[in-house]
Order: sequence, then C-alpha cells, then structure tokens
Amino acid sequence: MTISKSRKVFFYVILILSALILAGPMIMAIVMSFMTNKDILTGSLPSTFTLDNYVHAFERFPLFQYLFNSLVVSIVIMIGQLVLSSLAAYAFVFLEFKGRDLLFYVFIATMMVPFEASIIPNFQIIRDLGWIDTYTGLAVPFFATAFGTFLLRQNFKQIPKELREASQIAGMGDFKYYVTVVLPVSKASLVTLGIYGFLSSWNMYLWPLLSTTNDTVRTVQIGLKQLQTQEQLNEWGVIMAGAVIVIIPTLILLFFGQKKLQKGLTEGALK
Amino acid sequence: MSMTNTAQIIETGLIDLEQVKKKQRIKSFFKGMAFLLPSIILFSVFLFYPMFRTIYLSFFLTKANGDPTVFVGLENYINIFSSPIFLRSMKSTFLFVLYTVPASVIVSLFLAIIANEKLKGIGFFRTVYSSTMGVSVAAASVFWLYLFNPSMGLLNQILGTFGIEAIGWLTDPKWALISVSITTIWMNVGFTFLILLGGLQSIDSSLYESADIEGAGYLYKLRKITIPMLSPTMFFVITVTIINAFQSFGQIDILTQGGPINETNLIVYSLYREAFVNYKFGSASAQAIVLFILILLMTALQFKLGERKVHYQ
Repeated sequence: MTISKSRKVFFYVILILSALILAGPMIMAIVMSFMTNKDILTGSLPSTFTLDNYVHAFERFPLFQYLFNSLVVSIVIMIGQLVLSSLAAYAFVFLEFKGRDLLFYVFIATMMVPFEASIIPNFQIIRDLGWIDTYTGLAVPFFATAFGTFLLRQNFKQIPKELREASQIAGMGDFKYYVTVVLPVSKASLVTLGIYGFLSSWNMYLWPLLSTTNDTVRTVQIGLKQLQTQEQLNEWGVIMAGAVIVIIPTLILLFFGQKKLQKGLTEGALK
Repeated sequence: MSMTNTAQIIETGLIDLEQVKKKQRIKSFFKGMAFLLPSIILFSVFLFYPMFRTIYLSFFLTKANGDPTVFVGLENYINIFSSPIFLRSMKSTFLFVLYTVPASVIVSLFLAIIANEKLKGIGFFRTVYSSTMGVSVAAASVFWLYLFNPSMGLLNQILGTFGIEAIGWLTDPKWALISVSITTIWMNVGFTFLILLGGLQSIDSSLYESADIEGAGYLYKLRKITIPMLSPTMFFVITVTIINAFQSFGQIDILTQGGPINETNLIVYSLYREAFVNYKFGSASAQAIVLFILILLMTALQFKLGERKVHYQ
C-alpha cells in the first residue's frame, strides 16, 4: 500500500496535534516544576530555569523515604504475583487432578469481586494481624491474581506436551520441570506480568491510604497527596516537582515495556 | 498351576492396579493443591472471607472499631436507599459511567486508528498515547487540580484570552462531575489505547489488501473491516472501563472530596467516608454490597449484549 504525500502530511498533523493535547498536562507539569513561583503566580511564560522546587520538595517532605517504600512494596508485590500465578498456572496446564476445573472457576469468580467492595473487612484483617504500617500489610493482599494466572496459563499452554513427556521419562519431577523448563521458556510473559504488577502496585492509592498512618512506610502516592494538601501557599512548582518524581519510574518502565504490555494484556484479556 | 490360582493372581493384580491408580489420583490431587495452595489461601483470606464478612456486616450495627453489635436485618439497606445522599451518590456514579466510558473508548479508538498507520516515527506517537497509563491517579489528579484552578488554572486562563467568563470547574455543582470525568477520561486513554491498538494490529492484513484491489475507500474499510473485526477487543475494553469507573476513588479524594454538595460523591468514596470517617461499618458494608452487585450486573449485561454484536474471528 503506497501512501500519497498529502495523506502522509495529513496524518502527521493529526498525530502531532493529538500528542500535544494528550501529553499537555504532563508537559505543563514538567515545565512548571522548573519555574519560579513568581512566574507561575503571574501566569507568565517561564523566565528563569530553577531547580528550587525539587530542592524544596525533598527538603520539606521525606520523599526519599516515600520513594523507597513504594519501591519495596511494588517489587515485593511483583515477585509475589509472579511466584503465585506461575505456580497456579502450572497446575492448571500441566497437572491433572480431581477438582481442577472447579478451582479454575473459583479463579474466574475472583475477578468479579472488586477489591473496593471488600475493603472494610480487609482493613480489619490487616489491623487485627498488626499489619497496619508494615510492608507486609501493604503487599500481601495483592499476591494472588487471577489475571496473572490466566496470562501465564495462556503462555504455558503453548509449551509442547512432548517436552513434559520427555522430562517424565528422564524422571524429572513437576517442581523441577517448573523451575528448570517452564519458567525459563516463559521469560517474556513473566516480564510482561512483572511490568504490569509493578505499574499497578506503584500507582495504588486507596489501600496505602487506609493501611498506613505514618511516614515510615507511607508510599509516594500518599506522600504526593500530603504534599498537595499541606502546601498552603499555593506553591504549585513544588507540588508539580513532587508529581513529576512520582511518575518518572513508571513512565520509564512503560517506555521500555510498552510493546510487551500491549501484547501481553491483549492476549491475557482475549483468551 | 490350576485355573483358580491364575484367576486369583489376575484378580489381586487388578486390585493392586486399582489401588495404585487410587494412590496416584490422591498423589496428583495433593500435588495440584500444593501448586495452587498459596493462591487459594490468599484468595480465601483477602477476597472470599472479606466478601462474606461484608455481607454479614451489612445486616448489623457496629461499634467504632467495626465489630458487629445489633442485628438489624435489612435496615441498613432500607436506610441507604431512603437516604437522599446515597441516592444522589448512585445517580452521580451512573452519570460518571455515562460521561467517562463512551468518551474514553471513542478518543482511544481514534488514537489507535491514527497510530496504526505505517509511518516513520509512529513508535514515538504510540509511546506518547499510551503514556497516561503510567501516570498514577494521584499525579493525574494533581495535574488537573492545577488546570481546573479557578484563578490561575490554565483552562480558565485560556478561556480568559477568548473573553469567556471563568468556570468554577471543581466548585460549581454543574461542572464538578464533568471536570472529574475529564480527568478520568485522560487517565483511561493510555490503557484503552494500548489494548485497542493491539486489537487493530491483530486484524489480518489480507482483508485490507483484497479491499484495496476492489478499490474500497478509507472510510469504507474502516466501517466494513476495522470496526467489525475489532469488536471483541471493544467489548473487553468497554467492560473494563465500566468496572474501573465504578471503582474510581483517588481522583475524587484529591480533586473534590465528594463535593460540591455531594455532587461527585461516587459510590466508593461514599462507602469509604461512611466506614472510615463516620465509622458506620454496617451501612458502609451495605453500600459495598450494592457496588458489588452493580459490577456483577454490568459484567453479566456486557456479556449478554456483547454476545450478539461481537464478531468473533
């Protein structure tokens, strides 16, 4: 298919305009984070470039602590999800036993229970376990995921059955086969699920809001809310600097993982 | 060897075989369970038990720490459905779904179609369009909080240059829900775009080639090939966006705190306040059950409606 020159120009104009509109709020935030408060308040274009906003954000708020907390929680959730869903997916694909189909429906049923609808008892469980203000309380409730299990199950199904038969003849047990064959072969989809798990954990809001009460374990999302509500002088530059710091890790991850995510999410979604 | 002896040997052999089989079945059952147990335990503790506990709590009055005190039957449900605030919240939630879902899907579909052209540098545009997926609800809300700021916000400044009167985006009851919806649509676009683009790319290119041979135009191909072939993906995207809309919380917490005059008090925010500000866990649980049923119904409805319209390859 050849594209005529005028059509090409037409598409580029639309593509660029759409990109500017969509990325507008983000560009604006980045620009504002380097502007002086005076420039922002008078609504003028940036006249001087300054890093003061970032300095202030880090000085007045334990941002490093927040970032560290978010990193720990997100990585722990990511690893937990990878381990639990790959184990479950292995059982659904390679093992045959009574009740397997029933359990599969149980996994599907979990997708119909929104976390928000069960948040009250969940909060009470964490409180009664003494897990408020702990990384455990922030992370463990999210380890089991039906979505992750289905995504990996799709992938495991593509591994030739002959491979398992051959390994059985060689006397290889299931756990060894899972570790030495299935996991390495499925690296790509494990990475996809890992990226997805990290992204959604990093961006979590309601649960960290409920299950943390102080700065020692508070995640960066709640830190940003603190920053926004406590900056009473309308220091938008400082707030935007905080917001930019919050989105940089996920944007970098998305930048490298976009293709993988697109493929993985579509496959996981449309069996 | 006599005949009976042989029969006996065969018989005991069979029994052995049966027993071995049975043993194997039990063994494979335990093996299967071992692989599934971690997930099952966590689902039970943090999903199934809380769900049943929520149903249970919704029939009780509770102490401030959430322990049930008096069984009140359906009273919590009767109370929330006769409370003007909760009914208001339901109305806002449905309006919010109506404002955000079609708009998110249409905008993302438009972006996916233009980003599916084979042009130089298209990868850059794809990255930009999917970027809002990496922006957390807290960060997105902070961006828009500034954009909506009545005096120095960018939107009112732009309106000002055209001589249009400033709008109280987040403070005017007429506008607040729309403003929250705009923020939500912006946040949705990254994810829906990425999924729809994936759907577009999986359409068999020979369909377009044969349409080209017949001299079909761009819009004709869009209508007769792209849209029908994309319907399974659309179906998925719409369901997910609806469910997400029902679960929205962060943008409300940062942008409006449910105001003005409860105009943006969406259901999750409402139940959060009822439980963790007013400490009425029974009534909050009843609201949670309503949310649960709503999402369940929406999923079922989507499947039913979707079945007829969806074109499966």
